[in-house]
Formats: sequence, structure tokens, C-alpha cells
Amino acid sequence: MTGSLAIAGIGIHPFGRNEGQSGLQMAVAAAREALADAGLSWPDIQFAVGGSDSAGKPDTMVSRLGLTGLPFTNVINGCATGGASLLTARTTIASGTHEIGLVVGFDKHARGAFDPRPEDWGLDGWYGDLGMMVTTQYFGIKIQRYMHEHGITSASLARVAAKAFRNGERNPAAWRRKPLPVDDILGSAMVADPLTQYMFCSPSAGAVALVVCHPDLVTRFPAPPVYVRAVSMRSRRFGSFEVFSPSMPVTRGPSPSQEAAQAAYAEAGIGPGEFDLVQVQDTESGAELMHLAECGLCEHGAQEELMATGATEIGGPMPVNTDGGCIASGEPIGASGLRQVYETVLQLRGQAGDRQVDGARTGFTHVYGAPGISACAVLSR
Amino acid sequence: MADLPPVAENLFSWQDGTPRLIGSACRACGTLAFPQQHSCPRCCGEDVAGTLLPAEGTLWSWTVQRFPPKSPPYAGETEFRPFAVGYVALDGGIAVQGRLTGAAAPDGYRIGMPMRLVIEPFIRRDGTAVAAYAFAPCFPGHGQAPDDHEGPAGAPGEGSAAS
Repeated sequence: MTGSLAIAGIGIHPFGRNEGQSGLQMAVAAAREALADAGLSWPDIQFAVGGSDSAGKPDTMVSRLGLTGLPFTNVINGCATGGASLLTARTTIASGTHEIGLVVGFDKHARGAFDPRPEDWGLDGWYGDLGMMVTTQYFGIKIQRYMHEHGITSASLARVAAKAFRNGERNPAAWRRKPLPVDDILGSAMVADPLTQYMFCSPSAGAVALVVCHPDLVTRFPAPPVYVRAVSMRSRRFGSFEVFSPSMPVTRGPSPSQEAAQAAYAEAGIGPGEFDLVQVQDTESGAELMHLAECGLCEHGAQEELMATGATEIGGPMPVNTDGGCIASGEPIGASGLRQVYETVLQLRGQAGDRQVDGARTGFTHVYGAPGISACAVLSR
Repeated sequence: MADLPPVAENLFSWQDGTPRLIGSACRACGTLAFPQQHSCPRCCGEDVAGTLLPAEGTLWSWTVQRFPPKSPPYAGETEFRPFAVGYVALDGGIAVQGRLTGAAAPDGYRIGMPMRLVIEPFIRRDGTAVAAYAFAPCFPGHGQAPDDHEGPAGAPGEGSAAS
């Protein structure tokens, strides 16, 4: 079993503020690194898929990489952009249309919280006027309810962030690489109760590129082969609690994360308990904990013990967000999903250096974004 | 309050001196939505009608907006004071998002608190006032709760665990 897509090359532009560089410049740097990793040049690429939310049109990269005439599809799917791009590439290769492509994601955001406009999200102006068009509110409200129902404590939220900064310290491409004690995280400024400043990721800049190919071709490339065994994407169903929702039903339904994860497990024939490492969307600490359960990787409420025992640390039974996740890397929307894939490929190749998970053979990635979308992938050696 | 212009048309109205949110109800499956929309998010049907939502419920969850939201889209006063935002589970199976006000402001709210719809002035950046909806703690039928009120631990009428 090899799935229907393989990774032949990977490249990253380090995440951070990256003053003085455009998103496009970072994307080109990441693309060139991925091409070099695969031993290819740009004219070898038969198609491309690119995602960026705020840093320009991805297909304008051809002016820097070369005007080869290839089809280049742009993707915008919020924080799930990377997953949607990977899915698009998988479909292209599985259809037999092309055999080798480039998937790229990049972004660059202004300082401070995102400032989405109601009209871009199917909402009327009053929703933004009154101050409810703020993503951090959603995360605060969701984890507040979750803690109430499942007995999760603020200490666990702080441990998630502390782990992220520890892992980020070992990742040269991460932004926030200074470990922070749990007490400092708990004591930092309250942003959206019960979430404090250091429990949140910040909008940042960065880029990731992947050379993808048909699985039959991957052994021709110099790097150890990594296979994408499944990719899935779901939007929200009735009853899912999502960002930018003026109302919702009181009775809960399945979340897009839950459904996308189950679809990925079914396609791959690999599921919870069989992953050597997982990457889940950690827009803030609570999101990591809730997404682990939504993806079926632990029971609801079990996160308290997982965090107390260090189970999700590198070296633990289920390492989570081994590169520091969004909390240590920041969130360039278009690049985040592919960062998870980049990290998983590094780990499965055994090239993750100080943060290597010993003997990693299988990995899982999960992104979640507004207005209620999720994309998941299963990768294996 | 009834004489201030509303922050938006068709968001709320007054009935016998009591404010009510204007939602929509699906004629096929009964599902409520807010604000009013022309199709049903549950059964996909297009046979929906405007309806007034219940004015009381319980607090499903909440947070506090501690920093000034970027403007635009935020239209509130330049001098920022933190405010709470939450979802109130109303009878009929719908939970509505709104600013939270009243005795518990800004961070004394508890999940399960009885809450009631209120209309209050919202001062815009340009100094003008509009009427906006919010939810305030209350004892059902007995007005607003005192400062130290703590509601029951769980909201009634809830389904399965959070997704």
C-alpha cells in the first residue's frame, strides 16, 4: 500500500515576522529548496497548486520561477488552505492527468489579530460593528465550554503552550524558540478568557513547498520516499460549533475535524493508536486538546492526563506538534497546513535532528479553519 | 431605548414592551436560524418564515474580548472597555451569539446562568448611538440577577457532548 501520492522533495522558508521579504519571495525560496531536494528544476514540474490568504496570488510565482506554461491552481480555504492544496494535487495525480507537481503555501500577515470582514463570510455588517468578528473569541468560548464539560484545567492549556515552545526551540524554522515556564504562560495577559497571550499563536509569515509525484516514481528521487496514504477534507454540518456563527443549534453534531479524520483513517487503513507522531491545528492551546479528541486520537477529557504525564512530548507515546505547531511557528494561513506535512516528512525520513521521533514510520496531520473546514492527511514511510 | 435607531434592520423588534430577536423557522423541519435567512441550514429547504425567538435562555459559554478589535470591522468607541461575548441557549433549540451585559460584566458570567435579551445603546466610533441587542443575567421572571449570582452547573435541554 502506497496511497495515491508521494512526496519527492520538501522546502521551507523559516517562519516569523520576516520583515523586508514578501510572501512571494519566501514562496519562491521554499519552492527552489523543494526542487533541489528532489533533484529537479522548475521545467520538470508539470502542474502546481498554491495557497495564500493575504500575500498575493500564488500563480504569479511563475514570473520568478519561469514561464513554462504549466497549469497553476490557486487555493484559498482559510487555515485549511494547505490541506485543500494537497488534496487538489492528489486528485490531479490520481486522475492520471500529471505525474509530478509542486504544492506551495505561503503568507504574510499584519501584526495583531486577524481583521476579517463580515461581507467576506456571508454576514451582515452589524456582526462586525458590535465586535464579534474576532476569531480569538470563538476559541475562548469553545474551550470554556469544553473545560466545563470535560474537566480540563488551565494548567493543561499552559502545558500545551510550554511543550510548543520547547519543541520550537529544537526547530530552526520555528519563530518562537525560547522555552517558557508554565507559570509564565498562565500569568501572561488574558486575551480571551480562559486563554492567555502565550497560549495563542500569532499571525506570522513563512512558506512551505512540496514536490509531489505519483507513488510509482518516488524511488527515482534522492530522498527516502514518503507516501501520502490519505487526504480528506470536510466542511461543517448542522450542529457543529464554528467561528463566525451568529447562531447555532443547541444540540451538537459532528465537527468537520471529526469527519475529515475518520475519512482519512478509512482511506489509509491506518488509524488512532498506529501513528508515531501527529500534528493538529493548535491555533491556541485549547484547540490542540480539543482537536486530539475530535480526531479520535484520545477520549474527551483524557487530555488532562495526557498533559500531566507528558504523553504528547517528543519521546512520549503520542508526540503532538513536534515542530512547535502554530504556537511556536505562528500562523501564516496559506503555509500552516503544509508545514505540518513538511514536519511529518522530515520525521519519517529520519531527518528531524534534535527533535527526531525515534523510528517514526507513520504520521497524521490535521488542519482546521474558518468557516468550519478541516483537512487531514495520513503519511507513511 | 426604542427611540434609538437599531444597529441593523430586521434584527430585533419590540412586542408588548419586550424586545425579541427576529429569526426564521423552517416550515418543513422547524429548525430556527438567526439572523433571519431564506433557507434552512438543516434540511436545505427554502420554505422558511420569519419568527420571533424566545427572549430568555441559559448561558452556553462565554469569553471576554480583552483587546480592542481591529476597526474596521469593529465600530465601537475608540476608548475601549473589555466586554463579554457568549452564546445563550434559547428555548426552541437555538443558541444565539451576543454581547453580554448586566450585573456580571465583564467576567463574572457562569455557564448555565439564566439570561435575558436586552436592548442597550451601542456608542459608535463617531459618537452616535444605536440600539443593539445583548444578553444580561436574570432570574427568570424576576429581573436581573445580583452581582454574586451563580447559575446551575449545566444548561438544560442539551444534546451530546461538544463536538
